[in-house]
Amino acid sequence: MRTHAQSEPSVALYVHWPFCRSKCPYCDFNSHVRERIDQTRFAAALRRELATEAAALGRRPLRSIFFGGGTPSLMDPQTTADLIADARALFDAEPNLEITLEANPTSVEAGALAAFAQAGVNRISLGVQSLDDAALRFLGREHSATQAVAALETARRLFGRLSFDLIYARPGQTLAAWRSELDTALTLVSDHLSLYQLTIEPGTVFEGAARRGLFALPDEDASAALYEQTATVAARHGLAAYEVSNYARPGCESRHNLGYWRYQDYIGIGPGAHGRLTRADGLHATRRHRAPEPWAERVERTGSGTTHDDLLSQQDCAREMLLMGLRLDEGIDGTHFAARTGMALEDALDPAILRAALEEDYLAWSIAPASTRLRATPSGRLRLEALLGALVL
Amino acid sequence: MTDTPLSLIRNFSIIAHIDHGKSTLADRLIQACGALTAREMTNQVLDNMDIERERGITIKAQTVRLTYPAKDGNTYVLNLMDTPGHVDFAYEVSRSLAACEGSLLVVDASQGVEAQTLANVYQAIDANHEIVPILNKIDLPAAEPERVRAQIEDVIGIPADDAVGISAKTGLNIEGVLEALVTRLPPPTGDATAPLQALLVDSWYDAYLGVIILVRIMQGRLKRGDKIRMMASGAVYAVDQVGVFAPRMVPVDDLGPGEMGYINAAIKTVADCNVGDTITDDRRPATQALAGFKPSIPVVWCGLYPIDADDFEKLRDSLSKLRLNDASFHYEAETSAALGFGFRCGFLGLLHLEIIQERLSREFNLDLIATAPSVVYRLYRTNGGMEELHNPADMPDSSLIEKVEEPWINATIMVPDDYLGPVLSLCSERRGIQKDLTYVGNRAMAVYRLPLNEVVFDFYDRLKSISRGYASFDYQMDDYQESDLVRISILVNQEPVDALSFIAHRSAAESRGRSICAKLKELIPRQLFKIAIQAAIGSRVIARETIGALSKDVTAKCYGGDISRKRKLLEKQKEGKKRMRQFGKVEIPQSAFLAALKMD
Repeated sequence: MRTHAQSEPSVALYVHWPFCRSKCPYCDFNSHVRERIDQTRFAAALRRELATEAAALGRRPLRSIFFGGGTPSLMDPQTTADLIADARALFDAEPNLEITLEANPTSVEAGALAAFAQAGVNRISLGVQSLDDAALRFLGREHSATQAVAALETARRLFGRLSFDLIYARPGQTLAAWRSELDTALTLVSDHLSLYQLTIEPGTVFEGAARRGLFALPDEDASAALYEQTATVAARHGLAAYEVSNYARPGCESRHNLGYWRYQDYIGIGPGAHGRLTRADGLHATRRHRAPEPWAERVERTGSGTTHDDLLSQQDCAREMLLMGLRLDEGIDGTHFAARTGMALEDALDPAILRAALEEDYLAWSIAPASTRLRATPSGRLRLEALLGALVL
Repeated sequence: MTDTPLSLIRNFSIIAHIDHGKSTLADRLIQACGALTAREMTNQVLDNMDIERERGITIKAQTVRLTYPAKDGNTYVLNLMDTPGHVDFAYEVSRSLAACEGSLLVVDASQGVEAQTLANVYQAIDANHEIVPILNKIDLPAAEPERVRAQIEDVIGIPADDAVGISAKTGLNIEGVLEALVTRLPPPTGDATAPLQALLVDSWYDAYLGVIILVRIMQGRLKRGDKIRMMASGAVYAVDQVGVFAPRMVPVDDLGPGEMGYINAAIKTVADCNVGDTITDDRRPATQALAGFKPSIPVVWCGLYPIDADDFEKLRDSLSKLRLNDASFHYEAETSAALGFGFRCGFLGLLHLEIIQERLSREFNLDLIATAPSVVYRLYRTNGGMEELHNPADMPDSSLIEKVEEPWINATIMVPDDYLGPVLSLCSERRGIQKDLTYVGNRAMAVYRLPLNEVVFDFYDRLKSISRGYASFDYQMDDYQESDLVRISILVNQEPVDALSFIAHRSAAESRGRSICAKLKELIPRQLFKIAIQAAIGSRVIARETIGALSKDVTAKCYGGDISRKRKLLEKQKEGKKRMRQFGKVEIPQSAFLAALKMD
């Protein structure tokens, strides 16, 4: 293994597989439904784009790999294996490299899990979304609660680490119903859960339906109560809210996602993938073409599907680091902040709002011998968007 | 047309209540005299502004020159000055009346005389006008021409035996009106050889021609190429064009005594054209100026603020253009902590205020916030000084005040007797003192003395709703009287919202303070921190409300690496803050104050 200068920060790798069998009514991610997917073509394009990016960056330490989508479990497992092998060859992988794959708990996909484990995936994130069949139908999911439980059993045998997603604060969901669903969920998984409140995103099927009054989300107060109960129930099972929507037993956090929230470098390949990369002149934001076929065509022609590669200003960096870092329970380390943005943490914040938010117990300083951290308290995280809007200069 | 002998000229205006048919009659007269072809006629030719047509009211005086071949074999020139019917535009009315020798009084034969008609008729009588009563809508089944004729004699006190019965809508007996004009109104007087004296009746800004001046020639002649002098400002201009409205602008060689027309003289300085000024010949000036108009005094003031702070200069520019066209309206720059930079504007009344606001939004495309209207108070300081106060924010500490006087009005309300009870209670609720109560048929006429302060505060709306729209209302300024007035400040997180402070009688202070606090609690969305809303007189809090902090505002999901999207959302949020005002640690959307002001 080569040694590295301080100026070569570690990277994480995100691989976007843009295809789904069907579009879920709540989802606004970059996902596309195709009758037939040219697996060979997209596999080759992803590998080529990775090689191009690695050539530009040079050898750097690799922290984690994440296959997201879309539905990456629809990818040929061989492609996963090839990309993992390429990444290990092109970068210096850290020991115990975390390699996560998102998968749907249908029986077909559960059947392919063994092949992904074989390919090198060591952490699985299942899109369970609910353990209630009526709710699964409402959410447009293709699996049943029974299939989800079966897929979790299979996954537990195959992978060292396991997480799944649930969507709550659904129309009409009561505190009691959610408590019981969450209790069940916490008996099925012991180290990590992503618990998202249902939000209505622009351009989704749900947006139109909500506008026509076909359903309504819980109001602000009900939604706050559901959120607070979630943290309480998770804590009783030993899972801490380490981020706004993510709960883990200490040490079992998603290292890949922590990289985003800690505002570290990451490469994003595949259609619509985003990246944050330190280059010679500073931190760059990169973005690939969103549409799968034009992306592949670009990669085939030039080696890369990049449409944007912009140098971020100091203010942009400071804003982004605050937006991400205050989502984390650990908050932001003042020294890291200054090193990453070239700006003192206090200089990026409105002093009057900072003072008021500290008084109101929305924010707290934690001062340890080696670091001074600013963190949003649970009560501050509950109002994080409004807080950031006022606080961040 | 310039050689018309004085004996063949008639200058007249039309006085009527809203909807009694003034503009329709004007249209018929124009049509009957063939000034416009049928194709060119749109309803209400003289009401140029969109607002005038939509609301069916006249705001600006307009003029048109008609030629009429009368039964006596002579062809007459008839100059019509259209006048506004609403009390707020009394100033416009006085200008129109000063340019004419007679008036048509149009009364709806099915409705009778209304409050607003009275003031204008009395003004015409004061101006020595010959008045010809016209009974309109006599074709309607509900018409009672005999009763209305009697009412004109009883209420107004002018003979109505030979009132002309017509239907402006169907054109019935328009000939009768034209004959009455020729036979009953006096011709103008004047000497064509005397030095020029022309009354500056109106002026406005035309996008193509620049400043246009409307004049009535009293003495002498005015022709193209003349050097004219504004007697008040002393400014001298060469006349590029003289003409008449027929009703389109038609250039003529010159204008003689008794005639009305326009002047275009490439005038750049708007301030030189004072309405009511006398225009004379620079080489052979008149020794004396004409008696001008009674100057207009604003009685209602409010602050106007652009919603977009960047529009401040545009607002200044628009106000100066409007002022050229409407000399009765006043403005001066002011600053509000809650609303930013704006103008304190004075109006002749509430309708005038509404019209100006609407013109600013329509003709100049401005989005504005108006603060609650205030009247002009007389403030006597303990040190002996007296000042006029029209912005509640300027009211000093009570220890510096000896006394405050407020303006009172004489209000005339006409209402069918079915609704009289609620109308009388409304007046006494508003501190009114009854002076007279009489009946004409089943309509009552109540005369009250009322503090104007109570009238600018939703009086019209209440009157309209309790009388189902049947009450008509008019007022004249009366005098000032000492009163127990206090300033109520509205505080958000201990900081005063200057735009919401108001002056009220002590007896009404607490209930109005409470209602504004309750309203704000409804209108201000929950914020990051809790908000205290208070109403206070000096340091004494008389009402309070609390808005709790918002309980949840966080996006559950932060998708993968798309931080750019989150940053863009933050930037959008910050952009939105330009519309917010800071009160301590909370920022409150301007729209909440706007809504609070709108509900007043």
